[in-house]
Amino acid sequence: MAQPKTLFDKIWDSHVVETSKEGTCLLYIDRQLVHEVTSAQAFEGLRLTGRKARRPEANLAVCDHNVPTTDRGKPIEDEDSRIQVAELERNVKEFGIPYFPLTDARQGIVHIVGPEQGFTQPGMTIVCGDSHTATHGAFGALAFGVGTSEVEHVLATQTLYQKPAKNMRITVTGTPHAGVGAKDIILAIIGKIGTAGGTGHVVEFAGPAIEALSMEGRMTVCNMTIEAGARAGLVAPDEKTYAYMKGRPMAPKGEEWEKAVAYWKTLPSDAGAKYDREVTLDAASIAPIVTWGTSPEDVVEITGAVPDPATARDENKRRAMIRSLEYMGLKAGTKMTDIAIQTAFIGSCTNGRIEDLRQAAAIAKGRKVAAGVRALVVPGSGLVKEQAEKEGLDRVFTEAGFEWREAGCSMCLAMNPDKLAPGERSASTSNRNFEGRQGPGGRTHLMSPAMVAAAAIAGHIADVRDFD
Amino acid sequence: MEKFTTLTAIAAPLPMINVDTDKIIPARWLKTIKRTGLGPALFEAIRYKKDGSEDPDFILNKEPYRNAKILVTGENFGCGSSREHAPWALLDFGFRCIIAPDFADIFYSNSFKNGILLIKLPQETVDKLMSDAEKGANARLTVDLERQVIVRPDGEEVHFDIDPFRKHCLLNGLDEIGLTLQKADAISGYESQHKSSTPWLFR
Repeated sequence: MAQPKTLFDKIWDSHVVETSKEGTCLLYIDRQLVHEVTSAQAFEGLRLTGRKARRPEANLAVCDHNVPTTDRGKPIEDEDSRIQVAELERNVKEFGIPYFPLTDARQGIVHIVGPEQGFTQPGMTIVCGDSHTATHGAFGALAFGVGTSEVEHVLATQTLYQKPAKNMRITVTGTPHAGVGAKDIILAIIGKIGTAGGTGHVVEFAGPAIEALSMEGRMTVCNMTIEAGARAGLVAPDEKTYAYMKGRPMAPKGEEWEKAVAYWKTLPSDAGAKYDREVTLDAASIAPIVTWGTSPEDVVEITGAVPDPATARDENKRRAMIRSLEYMGLKAGTKMTDIAIQTAFIGSCTNGRIEDLRQAAAIAKGRKVAAGVRALVVPGSGLVKEQAEKEGLDRVFTEAGFEWREAGCSMCLAMNPDKLAPGERSASTSNRNFEGRQGPGGRTHLMSPAMVAAAAIAGHIADVRDFD
Repeated sequence: MEKFTTLTAIAAPLPMINVDTDKIIPARWLKTIKRTGLGPALFEAIRYKKDGSEDPDFILNKEPYRNAKILVTGENFGCGSSREHAPWALLDFGFRCIIAPDFADIFYSNSFKNGILLIKLPQETVDKLMSDAEKGANARLTVDLERQVIVRPDGEEVHFDIDPFRKHCLLNGLDEIGLTLQKADAISGYESQHKSSTPWLFR
């Protein structure tokens, strides 16, 4: 009998064009997502060498990182951003790449748009010049972020040189308590294995708590795999995956759909497949999670307090903790629920999908944002925005005092006008609490959409379980 | 890509762990459409004071480290975003080699594409090289890629491992896309085979 294979092994093996004697593989790439920030130099490289895009239709381009989330009718005010968007528009035209312009309802964050359009499918290899490409692994696709040189390499050749990653399986058991969801699960995992815990690995998320998640929840989990150091996260495709995909504009149709589903059903890992590393987490054992520091591994349960650097595992970590506390303006021992915030941000490729907005709206409904707190809701795509408006979520938010914006990456990385002022503190559904990530000197606490809504209303970091 | 053969240069110590790509180059510099010119923005938030002047305490603002071409740093260097602006900024400053216990995967790959050699060594060895790098004007290391050794100021040689394909590309300054385009037949062969088995991937 053939050696049992993991989901990762199967996708990998079916995409190897050739292998060198040292084990480097030329890997076929099925799809590439393109955005304005990491592609200009790649297209310029093609132009300078007189090369073409090998399969233009295997790409999909959209502007997201730089775009304002206010009035779309006006030209972009920031000159550099405007040039970058114009540059992408010129490049997609010249190289024949499919593109959703800013005025198209399908525009949004690349990692929201791909799944929404059915561009993302199980068993594929997908890349994008963005580390959160890991998101698409929720469909059982091998999806990872690449740099601009690799964007150019894929455009020109539809392949990449890669060495196979190691297999890691993270099994999540148990039923999470009310108020605990996908974001808490992935933050708990990052806290457990550390930001370099997955380096060199592809992580397969498995177990009943993962199977029980919606596709949106699985995307949140896979999205932040990179924050644990792994380039890609994976969840085996199942009936939920097929139900989510069926009828999407770029999904297979008719007879081909049946063939595709039959193929996708062969992808889940075989019984007895070997993993280089196994980790387990009991979802029933965790409370809502928030971050206290400047690395996504700096997590604590909402019932906890800011930790003491004296408890650090080694001198390097102790120094890093002291620096984090200084940057964050926090003292060891402070209860997390005593930390006041000035900004609340709901959005990003981690938590900008319809289900995230529904969870936040359920907390915001009939309540008011605390005085002095600026609260932003930025849908992940124009279609998410339309759906939310159909459900009346926009009114729930605006009546509570949240701003309702246009789609984009926004305050997740503060390349557009949405940013924190120095020293300003946010409760954020985004993925990184690095120094300066949401604006120079800004202080970020990561948490789930419901927890951010709770913090916006309380005016300080709060336990969503106290909101009935 | 510029070749990398041997390099003798000042090594700068940056004893921090988890240095993320936002710290290497903040997002506001990502609006450029060029690969060059990012050197002055490297480590912006920790290199300059709030008024924009240089922070005299930051290592790269001191002599002789302004001319450093080698960086010795802590674990998980380059974590976070996939922005190739991070290696572009390091290269534009002058760095051609970075030594650490480990690197984030995407940053690792991006650096090699730009002619920067990344060397992974055990923590104890990095600690030794870190103390070499703290020797000011004497903080000179020689990195010999062909022989895969680092020569310390006292003459001791430290061996390092490197993937043979990456070594080959660096030593020869190869254009990877050019190499791959020579394999167009193999790629076409793969495509025609998979067009019949998984046709929906080729719509």
